Amino acid sequence: MEMKKSLMVKIGLIILIILGTGWLTFFKETRLGLDLKGGVYVVLEAQATDDLKVDDEAMKRLIEVLDRRVNSLGVTEPTIQRSGDKRIIVELPGVKNTEEAIKLIGKTALLEFRMMEDGEMGDVLLTGKELQKADVSFDNLGRPQIAFELTTKGAKVFAQITRDNIGKQLAITLDGEKQTAPTIQSEISAGRGVITGQYSVDEAKNLATLLNAGALPVRVELLETRSVGASLGEKSIAQSYQAAIIGALLIMVFMVIFYRLPGLVADVAIIIFAIISFGTLNFVDATLTLPGIAGFILAVGMAVDANVIIFERIKEEMVLGNSVLASIDNGFKKAYVAIFDSNITTLIITSILFMLGTGPIKGFAITLSIGILASMFTAIIVTKLLLKGFVYLLKVKSTVLFGVKEVK
Amino acid sequence: MKIMEKKNIYLGISIVLIVISLLSLGIKNFNYGIDFTGGNILQLKFEKNIDMESLDKVLEEIEIGYPVLSSRKVQISEGNVGIIRTPEINELEKGNILAELEKKYLKFEIQKSDKIGSTIGKELKWKAINALLIASLLIVGYITIRFEFKFALAAIIALFHDVIITLGVISLMGSEINSPFIAAVLTILGYSINDTIVVFDRIRENLKKNPSKSLGDIIDNSITQVFRRSINTSVTTLLAISAVLIFGGASIRTFITALLIGVLAGTYSSIFVASPVVDMLEKGEKVTLK
Repeated sequence: MEMKKSLMVKIGLIILIILGTGWLTFFKETRLGLDLKGGVYVVLEAQATDDLKVDDEAMKRLIEVLDRRVNSLGVTEPTIQRSGDKRIIVELPGVKNTEEAIKLIGKTALLEFRMMEDGEMGDVLLTGKELQKADVSFDNLGRPQIAFELTTKGAKVFAQITRDNIGKQLAITLDGEKQTAPTIQSEISAGRGVITGQYSVDEAKNLATLLNAGALPVRVELLETRSVGASLGEKSIAQSYQAAIIGALLIMVFMVIFYRLPGLVADVAIIIFAIISFGTLNFVDATLTLPGIAGFILAVGMAVDANVIIFERIKEEMVLGNSVLASIDNGFKKAYVAIFDSNITTLIITSILFMLGTGPIKGFAITLSIGILASMFTAIIVTKLLLKGFVYLLKVKSTVLFGVKEVK
Repeated sequence: MKIMEKKNIYLGISIVLIVISLLSLGIKNFNYGIDFTGGNILQLKFEKNIDMESLDKVLEEIEIGYPVLSSRKVQISEGNVGIIRTPEINELEKGNILAELEKKYLKFEIQKSDKIGSTIGKELKWKAINALLIASLLIVGYITIRFEFKFALAAIIALFHDVIITLGVISLMGSEINSPFIAAVLTILGYSINDTIVVFDRIRENLKKNPSKSLGDIIDNSITQVFRRSINTSVTTLLAISAVLIFGGASIRTFITALLIGVLAGTYSSIFVASPVVDMLEKGEKVTLK
């Protein structure tokens, strides 16, 4: 009776785990990596200049500005994280216009006002720091332009500049490039103005966004940019899905042919393994990438390994003349050490990959780790229970169903 | 099975493969992708049929304004896809080049556009070597604790065997390698060690059972006992890998090919290399096991 009770508890727990992970597998949306969903990945590095050091404060402000810019893109799950001393990694999954997004991230967007003197640009009189807000508006001919409003302090300086320089040209530059240089007609005291460049509507919108988010506090260099179109990601998902199904089917057929009843049990275990590992992936909200899917498929192959080790052991026990149930118990006991030792070393490798890798490789390390843990769980606990359950229910006494000739 | 009798033949095969691999690595080296060298890659899906000649001609015209294009590599792939590799170009230049291409050639959709700075590429090589070393050290540590140092040494030799052969074949094939390749190599490390440990586990168990038998006999026995498991596990893993290789698309082909070679080498080495090496290291002295 006692045995039965603990068995019931075990079965109950396993069913709970399967239901839980099953729900997570089918109802929780999987976070897809950039290579599957499409989007942008950028590594940028802050560049120190003579008068500007790259310290924690500068990096913090840099992230803030990037954050504001990225928010304007309407991406659902952007991540902006610092990496090392001077680097920042920006990831924008699902962003449609990848080229525009990269431009938006990397531009310093420093707005400056200078007087034109003999066709040359003079000293900087006012910068974008004093900008209150910028908007796209249209001139009389319907051409897009950027209307800006200065802060109270900025407006005062602006009034002073315009009062003193009536009749002269005022240049407005962005990152050192002249956008426009209108001639000052009269004093402007309200602190409002427009920048008229040769912009398209999109360009004007982006520029307004950049100006509102503020200039980057330091110059940045884009060390790495990766962008993937959404259609390519969809194609990759379809291909991997097909590969996964075919791979799993091949393995399942092989197992039944080679191991008979235990093979069938292993097949059920593979399905349970798939549900548990995918559910766990969704549970920890890990990102699924293309190498990550390969990691999963590889894990299926390796998950079978634990079963193979166990079944071979059970067969050996049967050949020695042990009863079916005793062989199962002994086989599991003896296989356990090998399964444990061999999987720990693989986990050591995946942890290193996780720590040193970036994006897609991290995804691979995560799925393979989850796969290994799930495979140990299914092989050691689920397979054993299923196998004993089958033997018990079908009253199996003969070893033939295990692919072992009856030992007389 | 009598592995130990013919161990010189088995080890000989491995040595020949390793020498060929090292020669290829020394002479041919790798076909490094932009992840390592730095540079740009543009994968464009054009709206109409394209051919190499016409695309290259247009790029030649654009090259006048953008000399960086002169050392480009162009490749045509199925579905009107053109892949252009160039040295590093900045975002502004890239935008202009793309605009000119669209104007002078055909409309396209950008499927993929990567730029890797050369600093990142250099760091990647270091990261890869670091990862390999740290992984090796940790594995030696773990096996020394669970078995003993000789086994750890043999496992690492088997491991380098697998990694060198994989690197060699990929080098011989001239496949372009990028960062996922590093993940593949490390996974091979994991697989190889996993396979080797299953054999070692049997040797450990049999040594405890028959302390009086010679190590050579025990190794032969143990390998016979786990042989079917090794083959079956390789078969299932290879089935999974082949499915990805055939149906999984072109972008992870090198990654998967590396895994395929690694699994084959790993299976071979766990049976024919690791255990004979343990025996050779032993050279007659008694093994003490924890």
